[in-house]
Amino acid sequence: MNARYDRLRKPIAVTADFDAPRWRRDFPALRQRVHGKPLVYLDNAATSQKPRIVIDAVSEYYQKFNSNVHRGVHHLSELATEAFEGAREKVRHFIHAASVREIIFVRGATEAINLVAQSYGRSRFKAGDEIILSEMEHHSNIVPWQLLCEQTGAVLRVIPITDAGELEPGACEKLFTSRTRFLALAHVSNALGTVNPVKDMIACAHEHHVPVLLDGAQAVPHLPVDVRELGCDFYAFSGHKMFGPTGIGVLYGREALLQNMPPWQGGGDMIRVVRFDQTLYNDLPYRFEAGTPDIAGAIGLGAAVDYLEHVGMPAIEAYERQLLDYGTEQLQRVKDLKLVGTAREKVGVLSFSVDGIHPHDLGTIVDREGVAIRTGHHCAMPVMERFHVPATARASLAFYNTREDLDTLARAVEKAHQVFL
Amino acid sequence: MDLKDLYQDVIVDHNRSPRNFRRIADASRTLEGFNPLCGDKLTLYLKLDGDRISDLSFEGSGCAISVASASLMTERVKGKTVHEAAYLFDSMHDLLTRDNANADLEPLGKLAALSGVRAYPSRVKCASLCWHTLKTALEQPEQQTVSTE
Repeated sequence: MNARYDRLRKPIAVTADFDAPRWRRDFPALRQRVHGKPLVYLDNAATSQKPRIVIDAVSEYYQKFNSNVHRGVHHLSELATEAFEGAREKVRHFIHAASVREIIFVRGATEAINLVAQSYGRSRFKAGDEIILSEMEHHSNIVPWQLLCEQTGAVLRVIPITDAGELEPGACEKLFTSRTRFLALAHVSNALGTVNPVKDMIACAHEHHVPVLLDGAQAVPHLPVDVRELGCDFYAFSGHKMFGPTGIGVLYGREALLQNMPPWQGGGDMIRVVRFDQTLYNDLPYRFEAGTPDIAGAIGLGAAVDYLEHVGMPAIEAYERQLLDYGTEQLQRVKDLKLVGTAREKVGVLSFSVDGIHPHDLGTIVDREGVAIRTGHHCAMPVMERFHVPATARASLAFYNTREDLDTLARAVEKAHQVFL
Repeated sequence: MDLKDLYQDVIVDHNRSPRNFRRIADASRTLEGFNPLCGDKLTLYLKLDGDRISDLSFEGSGCAISVASASLMTERVKGKTVHEAAYLFDSMHDLLTRDNANADLEPLGKLAALSGVRAYPSRVKCASLCWHTLKTALEQPEQQTVSTE
């Protein structure tokens, strides 16, 4: 299996016809000036901007058919239910799930992971059971498992990462024991941009009869995702990082596993019959959707999926690969700049530090040039510790970014040197 | 507002060569201040002679604003009484958080160089971390760490 870690980068598709400036015009928030300069938005890993079609879909729901779903026999409720369930089908198609019963609407990737930890994990794991995750996880794929460990006595095993920001080759296989019960792994690292060899790791986990959850929050906006081809058991992602609204996200779970999982939260919509002596739970996916869902959010997410299908995920992946290579070259030319995360397979993220200038100061200085980047630990403190930095500056891409955006970023970082001359 | 209002020469200078950047071996109080959001970390050493802060120093790492602010603070507070330090804390709190454009900055001396921070709400904690650490060190000697979050 190790040899597969060393495979070469995929060839770059021809993307000369990808018209990023044209797509950019679909995003109203990108058409503004900040501190008198045109906005260069490079904080997409934190949250992406929203295209007009998403904003309109949310607005249309509230203006025309705002109503609760799955309940009313009246006209508006039927419209709302149709739109809400239509969004579920769009998401199913987008990630190639087998059935809409496998698509659970949640608040975001964080809630999706908590759901799996509390429903799947808490009902099964015992003291001494082992959960494997990696050193590059976002806090949202660490803390839910720590909470579960406190509740059950299970323990965490951590796959270390290399200086390039890749999973230590072969380390995962070595961590599997007869007590391993679960593997939770980022598909793409939010702090480093590393694309993990998840197919290989899932195959390895399945050989040990261990189910796998992928945190796909940073993958879905950048790569075509096919959950059946990946073979994962759970896949978690957030709407707001893929050009949809905040407050909505998705947990994909294989139906066979979801069927045998106890409910997580109780309330309306997740039940069939409630009596004080016994309650019968609803079918999938509703069993895991207690309470009135984020109807507008789901409809907005459906619109975001439509939009991404229209632009085309393969085209987005190919374009962003070129853009990332260009940005890497430009930043490497900046004096005293060091990239953090140089994996061979990467998407979307340029994390860096500049000698003698704290990332926080960098963030403020480039902001005055209209450039929005994130500075800090990126909710991945173990990654910062691994690279011995208190924080990094992070520019993260979307398909509406251009080479000019990265030129502006490089110039703005150069400017920081002048401030501290 | 120009960037130079935030990164004034005094701040750039104190960031490059922080004053009182050392450990005090026989400190009366030692306290860690931590800003988990941006990773700013400092250790404050304080020597009390009765009611007077006879020596004050710090170590740590952080952004230019946090390092310069700590450096300026040690310079200013050294030799002052506990009461005077508390008064300065309140003045700094006002300077960093209140929009009092007409206030008299004269009594603050070099500390007034931090007035530009007010226009950058996300940076106020950087400048105030050392002051909160000092206040806690004086008021709650049993505390081990101070966090902005």
